[in-house]
Amino acid sequence: MTQPAPAAEAAAHKTAPADGGSPWRATLARADVRTLSLLGVLAALILIGGVTQPDSFLDTDNLQLILTQASVIGVVTVGMTFVIISGGIDLSVGAIVALASVWATTVATQEYGFAGILFTAVVVGMGCGLVNGLLIAYGGMVPFIATLAMLASGRGLALQITDGKTQMVTVDGVLRLGERDSYVLGIPPLVLVFAAVTVVGWLLLNRTTFGRRSVAVGGNAEAARLAGIDVRRQRLYLYLLSGLCCGIAAFLLIVLAGSGQNTNGNLYELDAIAAAIIGGTLLSGGRGTIVGSVLGVLIFTTITNIFALNNLETATQQIAKGAIIVAAVLVQRRTANNH
Amino acid sequence: MAPEPPLLTMSGITKSFPGVRALDGVDLQVQAGEVHCLLGQNGAGKSTLIKVLAGAHQPDGGEITWRGERTALKSPIAAMRLGVATIYQELDLVEHLSVAENVHLGHEPTTAGFVVRARDAKASTAALLKRLGHGEIDPGRLVGELSAAQQQIVSMARALSHEVRLIVMDEPSAALDPDEVDNLFRIVGDLTADGVAVVYISHRLEEIRRIGDRVTVLKDGRAVAGGLPAKDTPTKDLVALMTGRNLEYVFPDRPTGPPAAEPVLTVRGLTRHGEFEPLDLDLRPGEIVGLAGLVGSGRSEILETIYGARKASAGQVSVGGETLRPGSVRAAVRAGLGLAPEERKAQALLMLESVTRNVSVSTMSRFSRGGWVDRGAELRAARAATRELSLRPDQPHVPVRTLSGGNQQKAVLARWLLRGCRVLLLDEPTRGVDVGARAELYAVIRRLADDGLAVLLVSSEVPEVLGLADRVLVLREGRVVHRAPARDLDEHRVLDLVLEGSPAS
Repeated sequence: MTQPAPAAEAAAHKTAPADGGSPWRATLARADVRTLSLLGVLAALILIGGVTQPDSFLDTDNLQLILTQASVIGVVTVGMTFVIISGGIDLSVGAIVALASVWATTVATQEYGFAGILFTAVVVGMGCGLVNGLLIAYGGMVPFIATLAMLASGRGLALQITDGKTQMVTVDGVLRLGERDSYVLGIPPLVLVFAAVTVVGWLLLNRTTFGRRSVAVGGNAEAARLAGIDVRRQRLYLYLLSGLCCGIAAFLLIVLAGSGQNTNGNLYELDAIAAAIIGGTLLSGGRGTIVGSVLGVLIFTTITNIFALNNLETATQQIAKGAIIVAAVLVQRRTANNH
Repeated sequence: MAPEPPLLTMSGITKSFPGVRALDGVDLQVQAGEVHCLLGQNGAGKSTLIKVLAGAHQPDGGEITWRGERTALKSPIAAMRLGVATIYQELDLVEHLSVAENVHLGHEPTTAGFVVRARDAKASTAALLKRLGHGEIDPGRLVGELSAAQQQIVSMARALSHEVRLIVMDEPSAALDPDEVDNLFRIVGDLTADGVAVVYISHRLEEIRRIGDRVTVLKDGRAVAGGLPAKDTPTKDLVALMTGRNLEYVFPDRPTGPPAAEPVLTVRGLTRHGEFEPLDLDLRPGEIVGLAGLVGSGRSEILETIYGARKASAGQVSVGGETLRPGSVRAAVRAGLGLAPEERKAQALLMLESVTRNVSVSTMSRFSRGGWVDRGAELRAARAATRELSLRPDQPHVPVRTLSGGNQQKAVLARWLLRGCRVLLLDEPTRGVDVGARAELYAVIRRLADDGLAVLLVSSEVPEVLGLADRVLVLREGRVVHRAPARDLDEHRVLDLVLEGSPAS
C-alpha cells in the first residue's frame, strides 16, 4: 500500500476518496457499526435534550458544563479502557482519585503551590497504580482482588488524611484554571486536558508497541508470553497508566471543586467500567477502543444532565443508565454474532 | 433384519451459518447395533452434523426419522430423552465436581425430587466404570485430578448413565495411548452387541477398518458416499472421496548434501524431573530433527523447556554458542528460537486480531521507533512473510480466526520467519490441518530448512516424522530410546520402539 499525501481534510468529509485502496477508505469501512450506533445514541440524546429543554440544554454554559463533568470521569475511563483491554480490571480508580485529591490539597502540599498540587496528585496516583501493578503482575494476585484491596485502603487513607473535612484550595493558579477567564476559545481547560488525554490514549493504543502489547496480553496472555512479550512488565505498566490517569483526574477534580475531599470519586470505578463496556470494550480483554469509551462517558454525562434539567430523580436516572448498559451489550452481542 | 427400519435416518439436512453453508443436504442412515463411521476432512461438516444429531444445532432443512417416526431434535435434552448421547472431542466435564457427580449431572438420583442420594449415585457410577473396564477410578474423586484418558472414560460413563440407543463419539482415540484405544474398542464392541448404535468419527483409517461396519464420507457439507463397507473399501477410494485426490501425504525431497557442520542449537543434559531424563541434542542449520513418541512421552515438554516456557531442572541450552538463561522465553526468542506450539489457538494466536498483527507480534520493535509503530513498514514486512509461505487469503487485514487451520499455522510460521529466527520448534504442526493442506505445509517447512533454519519437529503421527525429518529421536517415557536417520526407520520399527523401548544406539 502506498502512503498517500496527507489529504486528511479532504478525506475527513463524507465523500470517500476515489481510489479504493486508500487507507482512509479502509478506516471508514472499519469504523464499525458500534461506533456509529454510539454516535447515534448521543445524537438522539442531544435531540431529546434540545426538545425537552430547548432553552437551557443547548445553552453554551450547559454544553460547557456537560463536557467539564465528562472530563474527570473521562480521563479515568481512558486508563480503565487500557486495563480492561489487557484482560484486567481496576476497581480502585475512585479511591485513587480520592486519595490523590486529598493528598494534593493538604496544607503542607499547598505550600508548594500549583506545581506541588499537580505533582502530588500525579505521583500519588502513579504510586497506587504501581502497588496495584506489582501485586497483580509480580505478586500473582487476581486484579479484582488486588484493586479491591486498594479501593478499601485508599479510601481509608484518604479519610485519615482529611479526618472527613473538606480541604479548601488556596492556590490562586489552580482556582483560576476553573474560571471563565481561562477558557480557550470558549473551551474550559479541563476539557482540553480530557481531549489531550483522549488523543494520547488513542495514539498509544493504536500506534505504539505499548498498545499492541496491551491488546495481545488481553487477547491471549499465553500466546503473548510465547511470542516473547514480557507479559508481567506490560501488566505493571498498564496499572501504572491507570494510576496516572487517576492522578490527572484528581487534579481536574481539585480545579473543578476548588477543594479536596475524601468522598471524591465515589463509584467512579463503576462509571468508568460501564462507559468502557458500552463503548465496546470486551470485559474479557483483547478488544476495545478509546473512541468508544469516550462516547460512553459522553452518553452517561449527557443523560445525567438531561435528567437534572428536567428535574427527574436520581433514582430514575440510575435505572436508565442500567438499561442502557444492558441494551448496549445486547446490541453488541447481536453484531458480534453476525460477523 | 430386513424389515426393521433403520434406527436413525437423516435426509437432506442443511445448516447454514453466516457466510458458510456447513451442511448442504446430508443423508445419514444408522442401523441399530452397528458402528457407523463418519469420515471427512476438517470443515467437511462432521462437527455440525453431530451437533444437529445431539440437538445442539437446529437444522435449516431436512428430515430426521428415529425408529421409523419423524422427529425433531429440538434441544440436547430432547436428543438425550430419545436415547442419543454424544461424547465430544473437548470433554464437557466439570473439573471441581466428583466423578459420580459428573456422571449424574442433570439427572441425579433423588429422594422427594431434590435430595441427592449420593450413595446410589456413587454405586451406579462404580458399576458403569467397571463395565467400561476402569473399575479403578474412584467415583468420589474430583474429575480435575484424573488423566485425560480417565476423563474420557467418565464422559463415556455419563453417556451410558442414560438409556442410550445411539452414541456419537467424536475422535475418541485422539488423546489415548494404544492400550487405552484397545479398551475403547472393547467397549464399543460390548455396546454394539447390546444393540446400541455407535457413530464413530476418526481421522485414523486403521481404526475405522478395525471396528467400523459402514462408512459415510462427508465433503464440503455433503455426503459424497453413504454406507460403504468399512472393512474392505480400498483406502485410496476413501481418500479420493475425502479429498478428490489420490494421495494422502506427499513429503518433499530431502536435501542431498550433508548439513552444515556447526550446530546452531546445542542441548546438554537438559532435564525436567518427572517429565524427561537428561537429553543431549545437536541441531544444525538446514536440518529437520523429529521427536517421535506417544502422548506423555515428554515430547512437548522437551520443546517447551528448550524454549524456556518451562524451567529446566538441570542442563543447558545454547544457541550459536551462547547459553540461554533457563526459564526465559524472552531470552530464547532473542537468541533466535521460535515455537509453533501444539495448541495453536490457545498458545500462539490472537484470534481477534488481524493476520498482520499476529505475524508482527514478536518483531514489533523492528517497526517502531521510540515505541511508535510504522504501520506501513509492518504491513510490508508481514505481507512479504505471509506471501513467502503462500498464506491464503492474501489479505493482511482479515482476522486470523477466519483462516483455515493450515493458514493459521502459516501465520505462526510467518511470525518466526519475519523475526529471522534460526531454530524453529514445531509441536504438532499439522494438527487440525486438512489432509490436502498438509503437503503444502510440509513443503514450506522443508523450504525453511533449506534456507538455513534448523527445525525440531514433534508429531504424534509417525509417518509425518519419518517423512519430514532427516534424523529421528524416539522417545519413551521421557527417555530417548533410539536415534537414527529417518530413512533407516519405518513406521513399524518406530511403533515397536515407543511401545517396547528396546534399548538401542
